[in-house]
Amino acid sequence: MAALAEQLAAWIVRATSEAGARVASLRPLAGGASRESWAFDLVRADGRVQHLVLRRDPAGRTLQGSRREEFLILRAAAAAGVPVPAVHWCEEDATILGSPFFVMDFVAGETLARRLLRDAEYAPARTALPEQLADALVRIHQMDPHDPALAFLAAPAAGTSPAAAELSRWEDIYRAATPDPHPAIELALRWLAPRVPAAPPDRRVVHGDFRIGNVIFGTEGLRAVLDWELTRIGDPMEDLGWLCVRAWRFGAPAPVGGLCERERLFAAYERAGGVHVDAAAVRWWEVLGNFKWATICIMQARSVLDGAVKSLELASLGRRVAEMEIELMALTEE
Amino acid sequence: MQDRPTARELLEAVRLFIEHDVVPALDGPARFHARVAANVLAIVGRELHDEESTLVAEWTRLATVLGRPGGAPPDRLAALRAAVAELTEELCARIRRGDADASPFREAVRAAVTASVAEKLAVANPRFAAP
Repeated sequence: MAALAEQLAAWIVRATSEAGARVASLRPLAGGASRESWAFDLVRADGRVQHLVLRRDPAGRTLQGSRREEFLILRAAAAAGVPVPAVHWCEEDATILGSPFFVMDFVAGETLARRLLRDAEYAPARTALPEQLADALVRIHQMDPHDPALAFLAAPAAGTSPAAAELSRWEDIYRAATPDPHPAIELALRWLAPRVPAAPPDRRVVHGDFRIGNVIFGTEGLRAVLDWELTRIGDPMEDLGWLCVRAWRFGAPAPVGGLCERERLFAAYERAGGVHVDAAAVRWWEVLGNFKWATICIMQARSVLDGAVKSLELASLGRRVAEMEIELMALTEE
Repeated sequence: MQDRPTARELLEAVRLFIEHDVVPALDGPARFHARVAANVLAIVGRELHDEESTLVAEWTRLATVLGRPGGAPPDRLAALRAAVAELTEELCARIRRGDADASPFREAVRAAVTASVAEKLAVANPRFAAP
């Protein structure tokens, strides 16, 4: 860790052409199954202290989306009024710290869903968050999908429905990854295929992983939206459906992140200036979301089975698939 | 035949050690991973408890829904596991062909699949409430 602090300090001194800067209190941040985050204090030569976060891929692994892409998305999101940590520097040269990284502001607060949903001190946040999350989503969906700085964002082929493209993409991923047969998932795929929502009138920037667990909150409510590595161009209903997936309720009963009923989120989204909410389409994306999360759990476990990574946490995700299967059975009953 | 403690009893002893001694001594990501380890040992303990009878029940359900009544499940555990996997593959292939799109096969398949998923959940996460 001392070596990392020294390498990081030396790099920042070069990047800012400012001698004497020093990295203090470097510490790993909890959470994040697949990407490392480190908090640190940058102490400038004149004594000023900045609280910052280093985000990098685990050494030797390059994951979806480069660090530069996440950096550019965060910058565009900030310009669109989405609450995000301000970004400072980005380095793609993997030789500096062992993998590509960028540096952003440290936003104080909590990310643990169980605290948000259960602790008394977060009662005001629980009240405020549904409208704040809806507002943040509207601002994300109002980001310019033609922004040249975001030209790298994946988009479905012209004229195709983002829903059809995502279903086909995830079915391919599932078939390639699964070591076991899953009849519940096969049944869900038979439900999804004939119900694919048509292409929306306007394609939008879609966050792709917008949920409790990927936001920083304080006792008063939302402070920052994190985890932009799955962002792309698509159907805004996707983000609403993903937010309703049962896994992001963390055991609480309310469908939207354990916080509220779907109707409250949809009304708040429309009031904040969002496009009309198609509840049937959101439902379809919720079903797809459960299938996607099941597939991601299978992939993570598979990466351990194949010897690509050593991680008890990722291995254990293989046994979470049954949770999504029972939910898929219930959601596709009609 | 091994002496006591049994494999399950040893697992439980390790789980309690992690939960009561290791977790409180750690913080940050290591504490979280120790909790995951204790939970994984609890899963293995539940699976060892009655894997065989659960697999026999699953084999019987699958054989019935796939229209092969009258047979007997394999005696040996490894063969039983392989037989359940094979029947499950066959069921998946029939679902993919569309056989389970319409009644009454749809209802029979859904009931069998829901029962198997519930059995997986009883091992993986018994506190997870069915929707």
